[in-house]
Amino acid sequence: MTLSSVSEHDVTSNRYLRGKYSICGVGETTYRRGSAESTRSLATWAISNAMKDAGMDSGDIDGMLSYSGNDSTFAPWVAGDLGIRLNFYMDVHGGGSSTEALIGIAMGVIEAGMCKTVAIYRAMNGYSAVRIGGTGARSAAPILGDQIHHRAYGWQSAGQMFAPTFLRHMYDYGTTPEQVAAVKVAHSKHASNNPKAFYKQRYTVEDVVSSRIICKPLHLLDCCVETDNATCIIVTRTERARDCPNPPAVIQSVVGRCCKPRADMHYQHGPISTVAGHYAKDILWSNAGLGPEDVDVTGSYDAFTFTTMLQLEDYGFCKKGEGGEYVSDGTIELGGRRPNNTSGGHLCEGYTHGMNMVIENTRQLRGNVDDSCPINEDGVREHTYNYEEGGCRQVKNVEVTANLGWAMPGTGSAMVMAKDHK
Amino acid sequence: MPIQGDYMGMMLTIEDLDQENKDFFKYCSKKEFRLQRGKKSGLLRYPPTTACPWTGDRVSEWVPVEGRGTVHSYVEVHHPIQPAFKDKVPYMIILADLDMQKGQPTEHEALRVAGNLMTEDGEFVSPETIKTVGIGTRVKLIYVDVTNEFALPHWTIDKEAEQPQKPWRYPEE
Repeated sequence: MTLSSVSEHDVTSNRYLRGKYSICGVGETTYRRGSAESTRSLATWAISNAMKDAGMDSGDIDGMLSYSGNDSTFAPWVAGDLGIRLNFYMDVHGGGSSTEALIGIAMGVIEAGMCKTVAIYRAMNGYSAVRIGGTGARSAAPILGDQIHHRAYGWQSAGQMFAPTFLRHMYDYGTTPEQVAAVKVAHSKHASNNPKAFYKQRYTVEDVVSSRIICKPLHLLDCCVETDNATCIIVTRTERARDCPNPPAVIQSVVGRCCKPRADMHYQHGPISTVAGHYAKDILWSNAGLGPEDVDVTGSYDAFTFTTMLQLEDYGFCKKGEGGEYVSDGTIELGGRRPNNTSGGHLCEGYTHGMNMVIENTRQLRGNVDDSCPINEDGVREHTYNYEEGGCRQVKNVEVTANLGWAMPGTGSAMVMAKDHK
Repeated sequence: MPIQGDYMGMMLTIEDLDQENKDFFKYCSKKEFRLQRGKKSGLLRYPPTTACPWTGDRVSEWVPVEGRGTVHSYVEVHHPIQPAFKDKVPYMIILADLDMQKGQPTEHEALRVAGNLMTEDGEFVSPETIKTVGIGTRVKLIYVDVTNEFALPHWTIDKEAEQPQKPWRYPEE
């Protein structure tokens, strides 16, 4: 326990709902460009897979949560297609940082007795319809009122909006493009061992820093991929989850859409090289009863290489200002001390607004990530822990994972999960 | 009536009920940079809001502010996203700390005002000029008309100010 905020937490008491709720099922579609189907169709596909994973049928799910930026299909249609009668549903506006926040909401509504089991989904044609990079529909939207202060200046896409934070971090702490490029190197290494990943090619630091500049300091290969896909996570009480075919990923703590001051325009309140994780960490670690040093695998949101680095730093995985070193010294790679985004994340596997990073950590905790390792006669995958290209991506003995979700420098969400020991 | 105007092929609209933005951009069209000052706190705020971020006080007045400051950070776009900016790359978005109220009410706060880096005449600057600007560059506000009652504030290099010898720029050049 190196941080003062961490050392103050009371590890003896069961704070809030620690341990009471779990992820019992996860599922996704393929990651593609050119899905040729609606978000409604993608959603039912992903939810079906998650239900199968949880060993549940339509009668077992009675709650649904989704999020979107008006680029998806709302829960009642999706539930209707799947024969699910809802006791609760809500479709929320938002993108990154929604995953963990909605998991927290699911826990809350089940705790309130409103429903028993919630399927959370994000269905998007992020390449074929509303492009995540901001070209097409997003650029064509009329510019109204408060948006004039940024969009009229050509300050609109995620990369453009976050760039002042990224550059200022380089200025404040001497972070280099090569250090941050190591995030892409690590995630591409992980993706090469993920048969589902959209990009499976491994990249070097030189590949990243010699790719063309999109907007400084972001090269093309510092940016995530645009894909079409849906993803689903099923949340229920841990007791109920223990009846499911796969071991529960037990939720220890969750933080949702935690903000820096001035959420309307976070740059007004510095230091602008500090992100929302600086505030979220005090809730996350304290409620979980553990600290960053207890975590085996991280899922730090990689909309860009920089977002992964900034969050790992502000959640306390290293000292403030040393994020560049932390992400480039081998720690975050498979085989390193604490691998990050072992599926390849948004930079390589596919873009899901955070869902695939929680799905991956759930599988890591179960010890059964879907890599290319051989499956034995009993249908169990025998992991080799050989991380050579095309090989294993299961981390040994995963006890605790952390997901660090990102919406923007000023807003983030997070979650700690652990293996079930009952 | 809403205020609406075409700017570089983009339709910019301020709804009739959006009093705060209407006032802000109308002052800009008179080449005045005015910000709201909360009655209770006496503090200025940017961009326009409906209450004071430090006190929640909904009473404020628009006061003139000198449009001079220092680049705090920036964006340098090489790959355009919006069609209007296709023929403008590379272009810069400046986030500058106004001299007024810098470091107040707490150390890391400032009125950080956005705008493109322009010539004094309100044209996008050349790639050569972009290479001279970075964190620390002294800048001042200018205004570019959208309609006769609506203008956008932008930044230009402050030629009267003492400039740093070498402002900080992204290293890969």
